[in-house]
Amino acid sequence: MKRARVIHQGVTHDATERDGRLLLASGEAVEFDAVTWLPPLAPTPRARTILALGLNYADHAKELAFSKAPEEPLVFVKGEGALIGHRQFTRRPAQVQFMHYECELAVVIGRTAKKVRRADAWDFIGGYTVANDYAIRDYLENWYRPNLRVKNRDTCTPLGPFLVDAADVPDPMNLALRTTVNGAVTQSGNTRDMVFDLPFLIEYFSSFMTLSPGDLILTGTPDGVVDCRHGDVVVTEIEHVGALVNTIQEESPTP
Amino acid sequence: MKPYLPTGTVYGTLLNFRAEWDALSPHMHAAPYKAPPEAPILYVKTANTFTPHGAPIALPAGVAQVEVGATIGLVMGGSGQVAGCVLMNDLSIPHTSFYRPPVKYKCLDGFLGIGAALRTDGADPASFSLEVRIDGQTCQRADFSELVRPPAQLLADVADFMTLRAGDVLMLGCNAGRPLARAGQRVDIVAPGFEVLSNALVGGQP
Repeated sequence: MKRARVIHQGVTHDATERDGRLLLASGEAVEFDAVTWLPPLAPTPRARTILALGLNYADHAKELAFSKAPEEPLVFVKGEGALIGHRQFTRRPAQVQFMHYECELAVVIGRTAKKVRRADAWDFIGGYTVANDYAIRDYLENWYRPNLRVKNRDTCTPLGPFLVDAADVPDPMNLALRTTVNGAVTQSGNTRDMVFDLPFLIEYFSSFMTLSPGDLILTGTPDGVVDCRHGDVVVTEIEHVGALVNTIQEESPTP
Repeated sequence: MKPYLPTGTVYGTLLNFRAEWDALSPHMHAAPYKAPPEAPILYVKTANTFTPHGAPIALPAGVAQVEVGATIGLVMGGSGQVAGCVLMNDLSIPHTSFYRPPVKYKCLDGFLGIGAALRTDGADPASFSLEVRIDGQTCQRADFSELVRPPAQLLADVADFMTLRAGDVLMLGCNAGRPLARAGQRVDIVAPGFEVLSNALVGGQP
């Protein structure tokens, strides 16, 4: 099943996809463009943990001038305030030189995960969605890199459109990823090229931190990131999971 | 009354005490940092770290001692205003490099002790001070008039790149000379105007 969370006529609804339309929990069916899309996640009782991987595809690590892939996951944490939904706008500050998308498979934890063994890891995944983990390289500093000024900006982590149940994604370690900017393909890869695969990541994180239902792991991006400018329509797409549409909106220069 | 626990995301601030900055300053231009930080350097204490006042904190097997990061968190209300302040015990596995995000050192289960109640009298956080006592013995003092970015400036500089939402917490930073504590010890954070924050450290399960 594909689940969404949307605002329709001013009211927030849980919805599911049916035959190219959204079936609201109220029973009403509406068109995709009749709603405002939110991240496809139910609220959590405590702050959602959002882990994100850096350099988790060997080709991307090379692209970013690192001589070899990391020996353990490079992970950073985001706040939920960075998330927005499908078909929303991401702000680009005026006068920055290099702001790029990152198409990432996002794992949504389905069950409380503590000291999970690799062999059992799949049981703890509730579903998948697509994340676009924008970065603004102008703001990179070598302190807790990638620092939050690069990675935790408002509107800079679109997520969606749907949460796809884990059972509906046949082989999560063999999914094509692709990004288009204004229709031209700029990034393509496959989840099989992850340095640390999903079972490893769940075993690794749950060895020292308990993950709760609704927590997220953004699993990194492959080769092929390019600068995005005002008005660019960026579609990050993952096979069997969805195509997440986002538009760049440049801020006015501060006087 | 139930003890306070954060409803939003808890952010910590690195290098916001002048003594902490000065101690690292000779290394800031060397690799891997290559330059002193310009914007506030933040990290997240994830929800699995939250431990209420009075509850024990289990150290994982193989972790002999932890660094005590005594601080005060600004608890946000609506529209960027501070709703209250709370004592926090931001534990870390000791580490010396600040190049990569400190998730494996700071986001372990239970690694954030949280004061039972918010202080909401509107006092200026720059007037606060605290001390850390381990088994009753004072090990560290911190005076929040000695910040690199005073509270109002830190809030403004963070707001420049991200919104702190209602319920989010921004910790003001930890002073240099952070004490170490081990399983079997009790850590108290004592500050005028606040109820004491006390957590016992216990040996973790293997």
